[in-house]
Amino acid sequence: MTSYKADRSIKWRFSILGVLAGLALLAMTPAKAEYADVIINNYADAAGMRPVVFPHWFHRIRFRCKVCHADLGFQFKAGGNKITMAKIIDGKFCGACHNGEVAWSVENCNMCHSGIPGTPTHIHGSTVQRLVSPPYKALNAPQQPAQP
Amino acid sequence: MRQQLKIFVGSAVLTLLVSAPALAADAVLYNGAMQHGERLMLADVSSSNTFNRNLKKEKDPNAAPSEDGYHDPENEGTHILQPPKDAYPGLPTTEFGNHVDWVKAIDEKKLSPRWDRVNSSEEPFVMDMDIVREVKASVPDVVFPHRQHTEWLACANCHPAIFIPQKGANQINMSAILLGQKCGVCHGKVSFPITTKTCSKCHSKPKPADWSPPLSDATLKNPWR
Repeated sequence: MTSYKADRSIKWRFSILGVLAGLALLAMTPAKAEYADVIINNYADAAGMRPVVFPHWFHRIRFRCKVCHADLGFQFKAGGNKITMAKIIDGKFCGACHNGEVAWSVENCNMCHSGIPGTPTHIHGSTVQRLVSPPYKALNAPQQPAQP
Repeated sequence: MRQQLKIFVGSAVLTLLVSAPALAADAVLYNGAMQHGERLMLADVSSSNTFNRNLKKEKDPNAAPSEDGYHDPENEGTHILQPPKDAYPGLPTTEFGNHVDWVKAIDEKKLSPRWDRVNSSEEPFVMDMDIVREVKASVPDVVFPHRQHTEWLACANCHPAIFIPQKGANQINMSAILLGQKCGVCHGKVSFPITTKTCSKCHSKPKPADWSPPLSDATLKNPWR
């Protein structure tokens, strides 16, 4: 133990460990945007609208999960609810509150339809998304024809 | 030992300093690469491979909608939306997810979200019952607290579709959770994420002192054991 100071290789080993720790710290940079924001692009792109961005954090401050996920029938699945404007105007899904009474109404198109065009349906920052990387696809690749 | 520690910390800091300009350059390149009208594929949105220094860095948590990477800054509505940082002050913080401890916020009465769509006086039906799940591996056992969950959710949200309300009826493992089943239906998506910082939030009951790993069937059937 007394020869540690004289031992150069040990010194090197510790500096390499330090560099590795530094790299690990770099890799742990926190996510930039808001966790749990849902981007819904079931029909928006095809209809020439921007995809919808649903901020979970904003709604969670005001309502408990139960209100939407039990009473209004939202499934626990991004893009799994087949929400259309017709249903919303009919008072279903978002339209249960976004009717000008509980919250602002559907005239404010671009407050929901605010995503970057072409962003696929997903939950931002989800573990599945971090674990499972989709196969490589070139930018501006031709769209797959719709299944009949 | 002190000297080794000094070398360790010193070289870690040096690495961070040396790579800072490179990171900044990455960010500039990434922002420059996205032209208007260019399609953003899932590969861009995915934060997989964050260990690769050459990939996109996401640095600023709780970014304003116009800077978060998926709100369109050219859309007027984007700039009307409230930035999370305007809403979070005063709420208890965490190191993960939204960087807000939502359960603690309700416990400390900093937040009182409605339990009913229109009636703000309705109270949730809170059930205070802890379920202990013994874990086969050597990690601490899982304690599932009903109280925190029933503050937010109705029974029917989980029972019986996700969890059969019966002891021993649910097979749960971390692979299933990480792929979005069982607890993973919410955890890792909207409720607290699954990171090395959050293991102990569920795995919270230490194993008994005399615990030893269970033996496999093959071992038990081995006549020469």
